[in-house]
Amino acid sequence: MAVVKDETMSIKSSEDVVRVRQVAREYATAQGLSLVDQTKIVTAASELARNTLDHGGGGTVRLEAINSEARRGLRLTFEDHGPGIPDIELALKDGYTTGGGLGLGLSGAKRLSNEFEIFSRVGQGTRVMITRWK
Amino acid sequence: MERIPILKMGDYLLVTIQVDMHDRLALTLQDDLTERIARTQARGVLIDISSLEIVDSFIGRMLGNIAAMSRVLDAETVVVGMRPAVAITLVELGLSLPGVRTALNVEKGMSLLQGARAEQENVNGRGER
Repeated sequence: MAVVKDETMSIKSSEDVVRVRQVAREYATAQGLSLVDQTKIVTAASELARNTLDHGGGGTVRLEAINSEARRGLRLTFEDHGPGIPDIELALKDGYTTGGGLGLGLSGAKRLSNEFEIFSRVGQGTRVMITRWK
Repeated sequence: MERIPILKMGDYLLVTIQVDMHDRLALTLQDDLTERIARTQARGVLIDISSLEIVDSFIGRMLGNIAAMSRVLDAETVVVGMRPAVAITLVELGLSLPGVRTALNVEKGMSLLQGARAEQENVNGRGER
């Protein structure tokens, strides 16, 4: 699997969340994802960028355009050094929220991605990686 | 401060969201609209989202809040122009916008609002509020 293009953006404000959406869209378009798949990964990116900002106290996202033997895709890795998630299974339940939102951010982002991985350690931070293939 | 414009047309308020909104801008719109409905005694709100490339849970919640607040203030809200890819994504995300009336375009949204108003006037008696 080869990374053909990548960059890292910082997420420190709600304007940064908008920029993450826009750059994720550029990557998804360049990788040839269909309009629906672009919309899905950009929406997932928006949810996760907001989580990084609101729950993680800010952080970064790494965008990677990846090509494997037969597939092209986009991988996004969100990372923060916030308080971490004590119970990931609970955090992935629809409607579970600590922030007064709808509680669809994490679970929704998982549904909108082909691959989803989450690592979190209380007191150290959280890393969420999502991939959408063409 | 950056704001989404709200146009008044007769008894209705029209909003066309043409920028990729950050969260604070969405909250400002929600507050501005609520205040304008009360001040102008508008009977309906039409929100055109045909320019929006995504609707995430935050924007979805904003649309639901606007619909709920306007209902409490005796106005109907119709959201129009959602792109098909956005609709597919929104449902997969887990949001079906309960309580938000939708129409395919501005024209259909407007007749929905006018129909809702005519119905209410029939119940209340002509011209009375």
